[in-house]
Amino acid sequence: MKAEATQAPFAEATALRLVPALLADPSVRIGGGILVVIALLGLFAPLLTPVDPSYLDPTTRNELPGAASTVDLADGKTADVTHWFGTDQLGRDLFARVLYGARISLLVGLAVTLIVVATGLFIGLVAGYFRALDGLIMRMMDGLMAIPSILLALALVALWGAGLWTVIIAVAIPEVPRVVRLVRSIVLSVRGEPYVEAAVAMGTPTPLIMTRHILPSTIAPLIVQGTYVCASAILVEAILSFLGVGIPTDIPTWGNIMAEGRLLFRVYPHAILFPGVFLAVTILAVNMMGDGMRDALDPKLQRRL
Amino acid sequence: MSPVLTIEQLSVRLPAGADRTYAVENVSVDVAPGEVVCLVGESGSGKSVTAQAVMGLLPRGQLQPTDGLIKLKGEDLLRAPARRLRALRGTAMAMVYQEPMTALNPVLPCGYQIDEVLRTHTGLGTDDRAERVRDMLDQVGLAEPERMAESYPHELSGGQRQRIMIAMALVLEPALLIADEPTTALDVTTQVQILALLRELQAAHGTGVLFITHDFGVVAEIADRVVVMRAGRVVEAGTVRDILDRPQHAYTQALIRAVPSLIPRPARAGSGRTVLEVASLAKSYRQGGWLDRRRVVDAVKDASFEIAAGEVLGLVGESGSGKSTTARCIARLEDPSAGRIRLRGAEIGSLSRRALRPHRRHVQIVFQDPYRSLNPRRRVAASLIEGPMNFGVSRAVALERARELLAFVGVDPVSIERYPHQFSGGQRQRICIARALIMEPALLIADEPVSALDVSVQAQVLELLDQVRTRLDLAVLFITHDLRVAAQICDRVLVMRRGEVVESGPTAAVFAAPEDSYTRTLVAAAPGRNWDFAHA
Amino acid sequence: MLGFLARRVAATVPVLLFVAVFVFLLLRLTPGDPAAIVAGDNASTEQIEEIRAQLGLDEPLLEQFGLWSAKVLRGDFGESFFFKQPVASLIGQRIEPTLSLALVTLFITVVVAVPLGTLAAYYHRSWLDRLVMGFSVAGFSVPVFVLGYLLIYVFAVELRWFPVQGFASIREGLWPFLERMVLPASALSVIYVALIARITRASVLEVLGEDHVRTARGKGLPERTVVINHALRNAAVPIVTVIGVGLALLIGGVVVTESVFNIPGLGRLTVDAVLARDYPTIQAVILLFSFAYVLINLMIDLTYLVLDPRIRY
Repeated sequence: MKAEATQAPFAEATALRLVPALLADPSVRIGGGILVVIALLGLFAPLLTPVDPSYLDPTTRNELPGAASTVDLADGKTADVTHWFGTDQLGRDLFARVLYGARISLLVGLAVTLIVVATGLFIGLVAGYFRALDGLIMRMMDGLMAIPSILLALALVALWGAGLWTVIIAVAIPEVPRVVRLVRSIVLSVRGEPYVEAAVAMGTPTPLIMTRHILPSTIAPLIVQGTYVCASAILVEAILSFLGVGIPTDIPTWGNIMAEGRLLFRVYPHAILFPGVFLAVTILAVNMMGDGMRDALDPKLQRRL
Repeated sequence: MSPVLTIEQLSVRLPAGADRTYAVENVSVDVAPGEVVCLVGESGSGKSVTAQAVMGLLPRGQLQPTDGLIKLKGEDLLRAPARRLRALRGTAMAMVYQEPMTALNPVLPCGYQIDEVLRTHTGLGTDDRAERVRDMLDQVGLAEPERMAESYPHELSGGQRQRIMIAMALVLEPALLIADEPTTALDVTTQVQILALLRELQAAHGTGVLFITHDFGVVAEIADRVVVMRAGRVVEAGTVRDILDRPQHAYTQALIRAVPSLIPRPARAGSGRTVLEVASLAKSYRQGGWLDRRRVVDAVKDASFEIAAGEVLGLVGESGSGKSTTARCIARLEDPSAGRIRLRGAEIGSLSRRALRPHRRHVQIVFQDPYRSLNPRRRVAASLIEGPMNFGVSRAVALERARELLAFVGVDPVSIERYPHQFSGGQRQRICIARALIMEPALLIADEPVSALDVSVQAQVLELLDQVRTRLDLAVLFITHDLRVAAQICDRVLVMRRGEVVESGPTAAVFAAPEDSYTRTLVAAAPGRNWDFAHA
Repeated sequence: MLGFLARRVAATVPVLLFVAVFVFLLLRLTPGDPAAIVAGDNASTEQIEEIRAQLGLDEPLLEQFGLWSAKVLRGDFGESFFFKQPVASLIGQRIEPTLSLALVTLFITVVVAVPLGTLAAYYHRSWLDRLVMGFSVAGFSVPVFVLGYLLIYVFAVELRWFPVQGFASIREGLWPFLERMVLPASALSVIYVALIARITRASVLEVLGEDHVRTARGKGLPERTVVINHALRNAAVPIVTVIGVGLALLIGGVVVTESVFNIPGLGRLTVDAVLARDYPTIQAVILLFSFAYVLINLMIDLTYLVLDPRIRY
């Protein structure tokens, strides 16, 4: 009386074959589209504005969005520009700063995701397959998860000092346990599947069982979890910078721009609103991709992720 | 007498994109008061959809009755408003389901769940309701009704849970009871009791019963009339004697022919060479963590037997009897706690995983669930050649053998490049058999290999297994809970109960003259046995 | 039942121990001279030596840990380098605003999220469901400080309905308290509501598909009873679990929200301590927040005993 529907439609899929199915989902397309636009904005920022994001001009402080002024360019020439997003309290062009800020956010998101997924996958496989190490590893992960992630990142950054890589590592560490748990739970459930037992009975060596029969089951959930890690990383980086302990203030990041806009917020809200909107939209786009992929890959994942 | 239930020309449409347009098409069934009508069919025949349509419980938006009439005591159900339907459910019609564990709410006491029916549909006071619940629990044969009322579903056995379900269904004496495979999830000895209880209560209250089942043994036990369904249509209808003894339609005839007979086939002598010797095998598990008192559960105690080449040994027993654990220990998917396992003269029971590897190929196993036995991400070819390649066979040679074996098990070798989900359950089980055979094992373990299959497919797979045994001179350890299956394939049987072997011997001898009292109960409980012996 | 209790309590011991060791080692494993890190960039050699002695950094590691944990167990977290007073009393002064903010937020969250998620599940695929899901994704994506500033700008600066920032104790009256609490608690609750509404929807949806719900309908129970007594009742365990796990989000959010709304609570203390590299204070707040998180989750696990009779051995 077993229904054939127990097979997930993408069960046979390997990583590459997932792509068309993922792109068929509207959330993935919208989220992905927004991300591509933001990435392009960051990448081609020098083409979109001639202004250096750290160029100060004391005569044009706190200009409202749309104001025009003449700025000095890096090559010694001057240019008349419109400050689309206005300027900050030091007279820097917010449009340029927000565009360059996209680079940091996306870089942090990507780097943290790669580090977390790789580390989490490795530790999770070890914990799931080698029962002797499982208890110890999982207790350590429980302990790490007991420290709220922003606090942990704050403490690490406070000790190590601000810096791009410090922030990336500090943001990554609290995210690892969740991936470990996910991978481990998949390994444990797949290990009991008859097809894995059949492989054991056929004398397939353990490393081959891992890579051939168990690892592929983790791909889809890891892609989904990876996007959530990415969204969280972008958010936590922005929070750290906003609180003044993240990326050094001379680098324009959305968090830094907002931190600098705090003092005069009541009068000049644009210094906080523009980077804020970019930040929110970016995280929203990543989350939409995550949700869309989860629904496309396996609706049953809803509760686990 | 006017019927309790009339279904006339009912059609239920499937959502667009399904493999057929209608789940149920032009189905007509009548149930008279005090009558048991069995709706029989294989999976996908539309029998459960018919039942749900009567209850008005078809999944919203997915299945829609498009045509026909359903009348309960003359009242048109398909056109009744939702409120009226709700008032009828529990009072005029009620349902009992297949899996009582999931059909009962796990977090509410059983008594509360029965009481809910009374609270919703009657104006009775607390004491009167408690009295009714107690009385009903008593009627369904549950001792200590007070304790039962307070207990939660997980604290009860499968049979007790199904009795609770029946109590809940019958507490307001509905005119119609729909029972959807109510004994399929139960052990045979429990099944026979539940069938008797249903018969007794139904007769006492004059309830009309629409009984859905796939099992002709059960049909023989309980039906007054039978309606056979296939792919959403009624194939044949008639009295139970007519359908079982004189089926008219070719499909019904084939279906009944496919039911394995309880009369065992004569034992065949194997080639005599002993392949497997098991001596005093035991397996115990520890339950609970490091803070609990350690409770030791003996899954298998002191099992000893041997199997010769060309022989099928059946391990027969109900759930929890330890038959699967025994098999898993022999396949060394689990480590036995004690005892010896000698395979082709070599002791493998205590070998380390590493030392075991060269012996692995001699024992292969076929599992129950064909949907989970093949890696869904790998082509059939990859699954088949994995084993031989582990033992140094070249890819080309392995592929060649894989094609031969697919042909041998009756799957088109051309489909070797397909993925498992492109095959039916029966085909998948054949592929699993091919995967086991490609290792050229001396012993094949088949753990309930046909239990997840429809009866017609089951017959074919059994036939295949029998060919395998004859042609390859294999020793087969065949695990089953189904005495009919055991009768048709096993030369000898071992009956297990709670981890212990209670009886063993040639199948015919054990079935005809069981010595152990449990074996006697088991054989007596096999549904439809009188029907078989009437044919003999 | 006692077994479950004992095991759950016992399982938190290693977690708490790990947190303690981790917090203790944070400083010791940081590259460079811990005393110099603690003393800050402008400290003199004498000051560094004094700190080294004060932290006992010359002792063997195990001994340092023993001394440190003995003090912590007595509630002695040392003296703040920045605020120049015992960390314990510093925390005592700052705990009320944080607790108030957390409780008001939790209240808003549960009252809004659970009904919303349940309705979304019941009206699966309807406009209401899409709205709730859309809100949930959006709410999960808008950073609390962006939202905080937005709320301040609209409701405090432009509409002048509420004060811009600050905190008033509930002892000063309900209205002054609420007036200053509405905006921060709303900002903080959005992400939490998104999380809880989502898990409620998913859990209720799953239970609604279970066999026993079909049984309940088959008994002729009204839909209201089916949804509340059967579906929501069974979905309670995952919902409550996520409420507990989500406290980590809440704690992180508190740190940010208190900075945005200028609330003198533990979150602000944390940020100030981090900015000033006030090591004893950082240690204390991390320990405090983590222990609170673990212990609250332990209590939540114990409610399973009431919510799910199956957990009992």
